[in-house]
Amino acid sequence: MKSVEDINEKIREGSVCVVTAEEMKEIVKELGAEKAAEEVDVVTTGTFGAMCSTGVFLNFGHSDPPIRMQRVWLNDVEAYTGIAAVDAYLGATQQSEKAEDYGGAHVIEELLKGEEVELKAISKGTDCYPAKEVRTVITLEDLNFAEMVNPRNAYQRYNAATNSSDRLLRTYMGTLLPNFGNVTFAGCGEISPLNNDPEFRTIGIGTKILLCGGKGYIVGHGTQHCPGYATLMVKGSLKSMDPEFLRAAYMPGYGVTMFVGIGIPIPVLDSKMAEKLAVRDEEIKTKILDFGVQRRDRPVVREVTYAELKSGRIEINGEEVRVSPLSSVYMARKIMEELKRRIERGEFLLTFPVERLTPGKALKPMKTAIKLVKSVMSEAIVISPETSVEIAAKIMIEKGVNHLPVVENGKLVGIVTSWDVAKAVAMGKTGKVGEIMTKRVIVTYPEEAVELAAKKMEENDISALPVVDKSMRVLGIVTSEDLSKLLAR
Amino acid sequence: MFLRLRFDSKAVRKPVISAVTLKTSALINIIKAEVGPRRGELIVEVDDSIAEKVEKAFEELGVEVLRLKEKVERNERCVHCGACISICPVEAIVLQDGRVEFLDKCVLCGNCVKVCPVKALKLPTT
Ligand code: SF4
Ligand code: SF4
Repeated sequence: MKSVEDINEKIREGSVCVVTAEEMKEIVKELGAEKAAEEVDVVTTGTFGAMCSTGVFLNFGHSDPPIRMQRVWLNDVEAYTGIAAVDAYLGATQQSEKAEDYGGAHVIEELLKGEEVELKAISKGTDCYPAKEVRTVITLEDLNFAEMVNPRNAYQRYNAATNSSDRLLRTYMGTLLPNFGNVTFAGCGEISPLNNDPEFRTIGIGTKILLCGGKGYIVGHGTQHCPGYATLMVKGSLKSMDPEFLRAAYMPGYGVTMFVGIGIPIPVLDSKMAEKLAVRDEEIKTKILDFGVQRRDRPVVREVTYAELKSGRIEINGEEVRVSPLSSVYMARKIMEELKRRIERGEFLLTFPVERLTPGKALKPMKTAIKLVKSVMSEAIVISPETSVEIAAKIMIEKGVNHLPVVENGKLVGIVTSWDVAKAVAMGKTGKVGEIMTKRVIVTYPEEAVELAAKKMEENDISALPVVDKSMRVLGIVTSEDLSKLLAR
Repeated sequence: MFLRLRFDSKAVRKPVISAVTLKTSALINIIKAEVGPRRGELIVEVDDSIAEKVEKAFEELGVEVLRLKEKVERNERCVHCGACISICPVEAIVLQDGRVEFLDKCVLCGNCVKVCPVKALKLPTT
């Protein structure tokens, strides 16, 4: 048994034994947990990945005449000002009003690199804060405070992603190729801090950490902290950080996020801790979710270990699929080495948490009334490809509809719209429907959310979707009018 | 070897690939094709031993040929996350010792350039 104070004494003396998480696994394998706990004092763990839940509290100082900022923009990225007069919180994912691929994360990175940032603030003006507008240029040095406070970082593990649909998806899990074309995963597995102290014996409120290369602390558990998927809320001064360990990012088609690097030292207090520190990727499991299903509860494609994911290839439905990590083990190693160096040099003393983290509880979903397509669809009037264009036109007028799904042998094979019919007539084509119909039909399913059906219509610039089952039998139709009535309510 | 073929409105109408195959009996693997009404660009792979013959045959048909030796360029913003790895159609991006490396077999398709979250990649300007 060692205490954190014993270890700090060794750090001061320069006799401390520090190893990285990767080295520790080998040591425990060789010497056993008992002996490893005697030899090793501190294990450094690290992670480097895209962490959306990141941001900085800024205090700008007062202008003359003073302003009570009601809205503030930094390089056209708005920061939250619902706090005191010249304080704001700039979130990493907040997007610029001018550019899709620029956001809060980029402003934070530029500030840290010492670059100039344009500030614009507006206010209604009050007796105590008369100014109504301020425009200036600031650098990190000009700010009184720039405190990074991240509500949810350092996920213990994360669900991996794939895509069963026939469309390329651009998500926060990167670009997902159609038809299970690839898998992406986040998290650094066996070297990640929370996997090495899963009982939160030394990772707790008040634990000192390395946050983006600067001194930081754990504030508490992160938002959405829950069993198996622990997260941390952390803070640290932007002014103490190193741009090498922080990188603004843009997930194409999704939005802005930030790569954040976190290193956490774990004191090896006893052999039990050494046992936990020996955890391997083979033991850390997660799930691969299907992002092709655009609902909250995405189907689990399979369970997988971090060892399989890191191997670069895994099997799905008997086929080999290539895997992309999204977190950087390379950077995590640099962080572990950097933290190790600082402890060895006596620059970084350990702290014991002032309070332990709880394991957390299962998360509650948001209560929203979800509307499914089946509740809004109407009866579809279908025709056969053999139907003449003339008859199709007649049916449309009689029934007052603009879309006729075309069905052959019970299966959807096309769709004709009143526009197709008008065009055919204008061009003197009066043959069969089969010749003028659109064959690549965009469809929806009874269990699909109404919002998704609306999105499909918008993206494809169409005004109705046949509702089909798995075998392409037509069950009904939804039109944009049905949806706009519903959404207007 | 990879060749980039560019052709104008005259050559675009001719069945150039088939013509060259018949003439040289080379197996031509099409890696990327962008053919418009007025001009086209193809990237093809042929065996090194026959590349010169193929090159000549294309040129005789009015196709501009360039041997691709370069690969995608990367700058220091790369954090070795690996997001680009599974996107590459020819498996030219690999993890080596924790670092992400680009192999010479890159065919300059540009897929990785589009997915890199930190904009570390660009196609060489020719
Ligand atoms: S996606 Fe970009 S940052 Fe990530 S490894 Fe590839 S080049 Fe580097
Ligand atoms: S450009 Fe990128 S994705 Fe395309 S072949 Fe080269 S390395 Fe692979």
